Amino acid sequence: MEYVTNFFLPSAESTYAASVDGLFHFINIVSLILLVGITIAIVYFSIKYRRKSQEDTTPLITHNTTLEVTWTVIPLILILIVFGWGFNDYVEMRTPPSDAYEVYVESYSFGWNFEHPNGITEANNLTVPVATPVRLIMRSRDGDVLHSFFVPQFRLKQDLMPNRYTYAWFEAIRPGEFVYFCTEYCGGGHSIMNGIVEVLEQDDFDAWTEEELGRDLDSLPLAELGEIVYSQAGCQGCHTTDGTSRVGPTFAGLYMAEREFTDGTTRIADEEYLIESILYPRELVNVGYPNNMPNIYESTLSERELMGLVEFIKELQ
Amino acid sequence: MSAATTNGKTLKVRYFDIEENPTEHYLNAESGLKSWLFTVDHKRIGLMYLASIAFFFFVGGVLALVLRTELFTPAENLMTAETYNRIFTVHGAVMVFLFIIPSIPAALGNFLLPMMLGAKDVAFPRLNLASFWIYSIGALFTLVSLGVNPVDTGWTFYTPYSVQTGSAVILMTIGVFIMGFSSILTGMNFIVTIHKMRAPGMTWGRMPLFLWAMYATSIIQVLATPVLAITLALLIMERTLGIGIFDPALGGDPVLYQHFFWFYSHPAVYIMIVPAFGVISELIATFSRKTIFGYWAIAMSSLAIAFIGSLVWGHHMFVSGQSELSTVIFSFLTFFVGIPTGIKIFNWLATMHKGSIDMKTPMLYACIFLFLFTIGGVTGIMLGAISVNVQLHDTYYVVAHFHYVMMGGTVMAFLGGLHYWWPKMTGKMYSEFWGRISAIIIFIGFNLTFLPQFIMGSQGMPRRYYSYIEQFQTMHQLSTIGSYILGVGFVIIAVYLAHSLMKGQKAPANPWGARTLDWMTSSPPAQHNFNYQPVCNNGAYDFHKPIADFTLGIAEDEHAHEQKGDTIKQQEQNV
Repeated sequence: MEYVTNFFLPSAESTYAASVDGLFHFINIVSLILLVGITIAIVYFSIKYRRKSQEDTTPLITHNTTLEVTWTVIPLILILIVFGWGFNDYVEMRTPPSDAYEVYVESYSFGWNFEHPNGITEANNLTVPVATPVRLIMRSRDGDVLHSFFVPQFRLKQDLMPNRYTYAWFEAIRPGEFVYFCTEYCGGGHSIMNGIVEVLEQDDFDAWTEEELGRDLDSLPLAELGEIVYSQAGCQGCHTTDGTSRVGPTFAGLYMAEREFTDGTTRIADEEYLIESILYPRELVNVGYPNNMPNIYESTLSERELMGLVEFIKELQ
Repeated sequence: MSAATTNGKTLKVRYFDIEENPTEHYLNAESGLKSWLFTVDHKRIGLMYLASIAFFFFVGGVLALVLRTELFTPAENLMTAETYNRIFTVHGAVMVFLFIIPSIPAALGNFLLPMMLGAKDVAFPRLNLASFWIYSIGALFTLVSLGVNPVDTGWTFYTPYSVQTGSAVILMTIGVFIMGFSSILTGMNFIVTIHKMRAPGMTWGRMPLFLWAMYATSIIQVLATPVLAITLALLIMERTLGIGIFDPALGGDPVLYQHFFWFYSHPAVYIMIVPAFGVISELIATFSRKTIFGYWAIAMSSLAIAFIGSLVWGHHMFVSGQSELSTVIFSFLTFFVGIPTGIKIFNWLATMHKGSIDMKTPMLYACIFLFLFTIGGVTGIMLGAISVNVQLHDTYYVVAHFHYVMMGGTVMAFLGGLHYWWPKMTGKMYSEFWGRISAIIIFIGFNLTFLPQFIMGSQGMPRRYYSYIEQFQTMHQLSTIGSYILGVGFVIIAVYLAHSLMKGQKAPANPWGARTLDWMTSSPPAQHNFNYQPVCNNGAYDFHKPIADFTLGIAEDEHAHEQKGDTIKQQEQNV
């Protein structure tokens, strides 16, 4: 039984997942009975009543009220059960406990930022304590498109919009790492816009919190700061560090390489070029890449973060 | 002996012989390219639609195979993510707007609707030609958009992505906008034709169920399509004039767009599937040689589906951010579409019971339809359940579900209908052997393609993904292999149908022993469908009566004499 369950659904890791799965299996079993019945009827009738001669005659049967009422009422009862069950679970999914741990979620093309109540920010990785209700307050970045936060093992999914906040909640029932996906199509990086929800025991979570709070970004060497900016500001969504192309050119070997642009000009990727292309990405567009990099970094990155990013790129030779 | 009511009017009637091997028919009545492009003959227009949708099905199908090939491994196989996004968008848009919406209504419907009514043509033949040309112009815009900068928004054109992307959204949506008018005009034409052009004696209760299905479909086309036009017009205005309606950056709301879009596009699902129900009713009755079980239940369930189906669009938006109350109401209403749909399936099975079943190619497709569409239907119930929908929304489960409904349902019914009416349309028979073989290959290929998608979907594989995490690879590979098998099945069909056109045996006027009026003329039909004005004396599925009873027509010569009252009696067996 468990094998069958695991074949269809990922392991159930949130408090409300088990009941959702129950409904899933219930519908599957009823459907299977129906499908097998219909299939047997088709095959049986096709053989038993196959045409024996061109002169075959058939009885005149126009309807049968008893039969028709039966096959209307039974499905009616079944769909009311399915509706009620789904409704009941949905009420639970939409009603977070009032003492929930709250995390702000921001989505952008193509990545995720999470901000904890104590000010810790994470990018493309969400760390939460086990057996604690977690409420997500979610919004897509201003000027960005729709995204959707989907954690299959929690049976959780909710779209994010730039113009309003949406909510979701879950309570993980055991520690572990659970993948999440973006499930609202958002462009070139849609399928790489995923990450991990890391569920920790309360003690480990407390230790992690302490360590994160103790970090001092201002005293970090520039290249290390740049690495953090790379993963948190969204660069990693489109630019790799291993030489492969994604939505944008890779950062590996980029420094001092000759770049070709769609207007026919070329330039050497020195510090000046790198900073310009981060701040004004739509001025010069590399040949072979779409002109879709967000035009936001002039206002979101500090001078030191920019220099950090450049130093980080320079180290990727 | 037969009897028919014609509102108390007196008609002179007699039986007519149906000409076998006609020397003159609609295909050779006129010749030259102009005689096709400017024809007002509904049959020729139907064939032009058939050729167009066959072309677009080929285009969409090739794109599907390209997509499946890319997905064979999570790495880059053929193309970049941007190209992949364009291809799945074009696959979806071409299949929905250029193939499946016009498939049964515009191609088979145009050809058959007047003939089934016993009419010479549709009510407005010139408008019918205009519909075809409007469709062609819309298609042209779509093709041009592919040359300029293929759209990468998904066929749903969700904002704000569709407002921000650099691809040719405007050209594409103008194309869809224009094709919408074709759909509306065809719907109008069919409604009027069914109301006004029925042969004497053809009461509503004697109409073939295909016509009831077309009637329900036409109502949806006329009522829902304008909303799509409005939505796309607003989207175009937003992109060109910067009016904030759907884009938050301009003060608009993307959820509003989704409501507008699905207000059309959910009923559009029934524009796609209800005509298929009509075809299946014809196939099952004819090849079971038995009166259809529950005529009125099937006829009315089409209308019920059209009505309820217009109230359930919000089930596409359970996790979109619409209010919880809307979600609950839309979920509740959604399940009620399942009841009339289930009734149809049970009625078809009951029709087969105690029938005389001839498993010819069209009937094989009807049985395949029953199996695949049942899966499509019950997985729809699954998706209607709110809590389960949260898990399955925007995953491959949804992709598999709508392919089971659209391809397993509509395309199988379309293929069944195509094989059923092929002898009537072309006057040629096709290879029954290859017909059955390809049906079985398609059945196997289809299930291999889409069953794994249910499983990876419920496991959490999101749709519209260019790459994926490794756990899904086996299912993706099975699906890709299945799609190749499916492709082989369609190639076989193309080959033997082409062979049938060139060298096929001549088809008899009524090769299947059907009772509807479309068979009571030669194959191919005369230029004006019948060489007599048919008079309908019987129900469309009165298989207990001899075929000769269905060839009654108005007599114009001295052999006939008047009958008083509201009863028409047989005059002479033959001329």
